[in-house]
Amino acid sequence: MGRTLAEKVWDAHIVRQAEGEPDLIYIDLHLVHEVTSPQAFEGLRLAGRQVRRPDLTIATEDHNTPTVDIDKPIADLTSRTQIDTLRKNCEEFGVRLHPLGDVDQGIVHVVGPQLGLTQPGLTVVCGDSHTSTHGAFGALAFGIGTSEVEHVLATQSLSARPFKTMAVNVEGTLKPGTTAKDIILAVIAQIGTGGGQGYVLEYRGEAIRELSMEARMTICNMSIEAGARAGMIAPDETTFDYIHGRPHAPAGKEWDAAVEYWRTLRSDDDAVFDAEVTIDAESLEPFVTWGTNPGQGLPLSGAVPDPEAISDETSRAAAERALEYMDLAPGTRLRDIAVDTVFIGSCTNGRIEDLRAAAEVVRGRRKADGVRVLVVPGSFKVRMQAESEGLDAVFTEFGAEWRHAGCSMCLGMNPDQLAPGERSASTSNRNFEGRQGKGGRTHLVSPLVAAATGVRGTLSSPADLEPSEPVA
Amino acid sequence: MEKFSRHTGVGVPLRYSNVDTDQIIPAVYLKRVTRTGFEDALFAAWRGDDSFVLNQPAFSSGSVLVAGPDFGTGSSREHAVWALKDYGFKVVLSSRFADIFRGNSGKQGLLTGELAQDDIELIWKVLENAPGTEVTVDLEHRQVRCAEVVAPMQVDDYTRWRLMEGLDDIGLTMRHVDMISDFEAARPSHKPRTLS
Repeated sequence: MGRTLAEKVWDAHIVRQAEGEPDLIYIDLHLVHEVTSPQAFEGLRLAGRQVRRPDLTIATEDHNTPTVDIDKPIADLTSRTQIDTLRKNCEEFGVRLHPLGDVDQGIVHVVGPQLGLTQPGLTVVCGDSHTSTHGAFGALAFGIGTSEVEHVLATQSLSARPFKTMAVNVEGTLKPGTTAKDIILAVIAQIGTGGGQGYVLEYRGEAIRELSMEARMTICNMSIEAGARAGMIAPDETTFDYIHGRPHAPAGKEWDAAVEYWRTLRSDDDAVFDAEVTIDAESLEPFVTWGTNPGQGLPLSGAVPDPEAISDETSRAAAERALEYMDLAPGTRLRDIAVDTVFIGSCTNGRIEDLRAAAEVVRGRRKADGVRVLVVPGSFKVRMQAESEGLDAVFTEFGAEWRHAGCSMCLGMNPDQLAPGERSASTSNRNFEGRQGKGGRTHLVSPLVAAATGVRGTLSSPADLEPSEPVA
Repeated sequence: MEKFSRHTGVGVPLRYSNVDTDQIIPAVYLKRVTRTGFEDALFAAWRGDDSFVLNQPAFSSGSVLVAGPDFGTGSSREHAVWALKDYGFKVVLSSRFADIFRGNSGKQGLLTGELAQDDIELIWKVLENAPGTEVTVDLEHRQVRCAEVVAPMQVDDYTRWRLMEGLDDIGLTMRHVDMISDFEAARPSHKPRTLS
């Protein structure tokens, strides 16, 4: 019987297998950031252990970093301490670090691919659940906890059980105005926040093949919101073209050898998945969430659901609770929901194509009165690229704030937060209670919907915009 | 790690599904660089609400959390486990756990026992009708007992063995360090390195 992509990558990394025990698998690339690593390094120190492979490890500062005044000391003392701790740990253990202000600093999941470190067939881990992002390259990439971070630092391996496999077939072609974000929000709404639990999701089908690498990353990034630790897409010419020439891409004969191997990384025709779901891309509309988990989403043309109409008791209770938190009444048209803040950024949608897409929508327009628009590039390099294309001017003329790179308002560990009761349209990945600030309310959207919402002040898609709306 | 075979303590009914790790501990508390002292951060947003279950005196000393399905979803933060442990929880029971949370719990000696949702409902009723009732979690026999309710509990063999023996993961792996070295020697040269 043939093997799936995930099984091929897993099998190629088995260090040890024993009856009744998890496999010991080798880790090719370990990404580190300041939040989930301090206690891991401390553990090494206490046990007198070293980092086994600093040459397979790389760290960036992203979660706590401010997006303004980055040349000044970080005002929040606990944030500064955490950043300082990472710097000391990286120095002590010989780990490469891209600190705030460095040209390669940025969100860890933007930086890895940008440097060409993320490649097909690798095992990639990070103390961060959005490590699933890197699966877009055909890598097996997943988030781990701090104890596992320590384990990987010490042994470059991980004790784990093989995942089950689920094929997510996305058939047909996306209509204009719909994006990778709408695909993944629709997938999560279909299978639920626990639907992918225990699985690697392999995204397949015509719509996936047609996506750019950055769009594929958006999809794999949110696999975890369906409960799956990893999402994967088989590498193809799009993948190879993206990697070619990047700083850490193989070169010369090594490139040829790598590509020859990478071409084998696809699920065999006779491979059997443990589960399979199908989504019709053709029928997708822009998707937005109305509740407090990423599975509570609907097409933008819909209305806030009535919990009374939900038959499953647990789902009904969750919906009731979500509507209370979100301060929404059943039946409200999603397009009538007004927001205070638009956030464009994060490891889900903070790459250059996301910024280009949003900029095209807002070019020559002014934001709605009273709406704050934050644009936060995913990395320093993304910011530089955007500026070289003049996108920063497009955003600032629109009335948006053009910020420095980091996780920012995706989780509000830095000062970029919603105030209690404030509502956002956000291109990030989680609409959990308080995620973007205590009492804040989040609607997850694509960059196109975020930008159009900034124009109108209510949840909107570019198709809702009048061509004649005020031009600066 | 401390050995775990059986625990009896006050059960705390948490009638929510999809309790994500942002609810267990909000991001603002993740800035600390220590491994302890997270008890005040547990369910921080909900603790301000007087009606929240942990604010009720009968439950405040609870050590067995009985939660709705899909507990621990979202962020990989192990701080969620530390916060539960620091507060005094030894066990979380649910009909379904998020993968990363369950893995993290096992590393820290917090038992995540899977029960059928029907059994969870029965235990909720007992705990709500008689707050302060104790729950016995018997890892050796994979069983949960609460008043008249006796429910089978699922825990995988390996996690059970590790918890019962109190074994440290890194120490276990280090026994096979030669195999790691052998594997490394055979890795293709086109794989990337972060240092030149």
